[in-house]
Amino acid sequence: MGILEVKNVNKRFGGLQALSDMNLSIAENTVHAIIGPNGAGKSTLLNVLVGKLIPDTGSVMFDGQSVLGRKPYEINQMGISRVFQTPEIFGDLTVLENMMIPIFAKRDGAFRMHAIESVGNERAVVQQAEHMLESLNMADQRHNHSASMSRGNKRRLEIGMCLSQEPRLLLLDEPTAGMARADTNNTIDLLKQIKEERDITIAIIEHDMHVVFSLAERITVLAQGTPLVEDTPDNIKGHPKVREAYLGESATA
Amino acid sequence: MLGMTRKDAMMLAIVAIVALLAPFILNPFPVDSGFAQFNAGYPDLMQRFAIFGIFAIGFNILFGLTGYLSFGHAAFLGVGSYAAIWMMKLLTTNILPGMVMGIIVAGLFALVVGFISLRRSGIYFAILTLAFAQMSYALAYSVLTPITGGETGLQLKLNDARVLDAPLAPGERADANLFGIDMTSSYDLIVGGWQFTFNAGYYIAAVVLVLAFYLSIRIFRSPFGMMLRAIKSNNTRMTYTGLNARPYALAAFVISGMYAGLAGGLMVAMDTQVGPERMFWTASGEVVLMTILGGAGTLIGPVLGAGLIKYMENIISKINSSILHEWFYWMPDGLEDFVITLIYPFVGKGWHLTLGIVFMLVVIFLPGGLVEGGQRIKRLFESKKARKTSDQTTPAE
Repeated sequence: MGILEVKNVNKRFGGLQALSDMNLSIAENTVHAIIGPNGAGKSTLLNVLVGKLIPDTGSVMFDGQSVLGRKPYEINQMGISRVFQTPEIFGDLTVLENMMIPIFAKRDGAFRMHAIESVGNERAVVQQAEHMLESLNMADQRHNHSASMSRGNKRRLEIGMCLSQEPRLLLLDEPTAGMARADTNNTIDLLKQIKEERDITIAIIEHDMHVVFSLAERITVLAQGTPLVEDTPDNIKGHPKVREAYLGESATA
Repeated sequence: MLGMTRKDAMMLAIVAIVALLAPFILNPFPVDSGFAQFNAGYPDLMQRFAIFGIFAIGFNILFGLTGYLSFGHAAFLGVGSYAAIWMMKLLTTNILPGMVMGIIVAGLFALVVGFISLRRSGIYFAILTLAFAQMSYALAYSVLTPITGGETGLQLKLNDARVLDAPLAPGERADANLFGIDMTSSYDLIVGGWQFTFNAGYYIAAVVLVLAFYLSIRIFRSPFGMMLRAIKSNNTRMTYTGLNARPYALAAFVISGMYAGLAGGLMVAMDTQVGPERMFWTASGEVVLMTILGGAGTLIGPVLGAGLIKYMENIISKINSSILHEWFYWMPDGLEDFVITLIYPFVGKGWHLTLGIVFMLVVIFLPGGLVEGGQRIKRLFESKKARKTSDQTTPAE
């Protein structure tokens, strides 16, 4: 049994079968990449996992509990954090405040009316947030507005925000899309470091094969809303079906 | 200090001192000087400053923090007023039960309106709140006449029940009071040509304003306030961080509704009558203007905006053509008439035109409102100072 079990999931948008008999099992404490050409259903799958879309049929179990029918914030509280293709951070807030919000959410749940306490007196939360920023090498930016940071740093911050909730499953949606090479490599290093330091399962959707083969322990290849192959990176690289469907020349490069 | 940083405590202290000394600060001109009409230190206007300051502080907790633009907040002010005057009719002329009931009833009404309106965001939310407010206005104006007095509204009457009060002696009027202190009682201090009026009602409103401001500082600096700013900044990230934005926004909506109810209760306490026009949509628009003019999302901005608008409404609207002729009598006749023709549309009944121009200038050049203007001036001085010190330290070549 994996930590995440997707069984026979179907999702149809009008005439388009976005997911058809989707089955996926992600083992605990692995890095699992999901790849596939455009329109293969990667984003639909991700949106089903986080509760943004409800599938027509099938089941999605996280750690033995169904996620279907739950709201995105409830699924997050179960232990699934999501990193977006374009970094979603609180742009009007400072870097430190950005980091404190997920820690509050972890401690206090989805809603708490703490209107009279002062943020400055929440020493434990401030310390934890500062500690996290130090480990991301962002401590010197903590009083900056997060909107003014570079894209690479926004990505780092967003990943850090997700980690500060100590999720059991981290979902990454093309985390290096639109990034310069240096930023991409930094992100790869950060994710490697995260994997070494803690018990966490990472599912990553990615187009950049360099990223996929640097990180993944298992790879699932999707095509037309259904899994084509699932195997280790080495086997995927040589798989004729995959080369034909998707990888082309980039795997040999 | 009191759970605030030094900077916030300083700001609260300044607000408290300005509120305390308002009768002096707002009356800088001697009574019989030509500028006396610019004096704003008379009780009625000072009370308005405080009451609309409270209204705008509350509105800012919703609009400034969460970004939800309510276009119907006057409804809560009106509901608070009606609740307060009924307490003064039925229970006692003491203003305290009325103010408390104003807060409670406005809060409950805001809970209902907010619960429904917050299902939508952006322009749809604004329209929903506007619809609710206009419905409230229509109800108060006609359908609910037995409760609201319809078009004429409600006043205190001699034969009101007032179960907690002793019967009125013959010739005595029912006056709003706080444990015997009459709201209308004033003390005039005459120094040379100046006259300063200290009014009981104003000082009670000012104390409430300072308390309301203190509470808003605490809310701004709390984790709850941070969550409200997070809603405005990025609702998607909020949701995917495991936070349910709806109850946070609803709580902010109810709190700001309660502030409006408090302001409505105070209005009744200062002037014991209510009419439905208090809930008209222009009144809702006014508090939006106040907040944006002063600086939405800043602590002090709404109070400044409320003060500026109420000052213009009461002072500029009093300038008429004979006053203009007095000012410009020294000009040659033709020029005098020409200048007055130019200025006349902007004063008196035309004060809205001046307000509109000021509002446009602020929104275009100072999107952060008056507070941003203040910050720019401060920065200008600081950079000048910094340049001066650097000039001194680096030797001339």
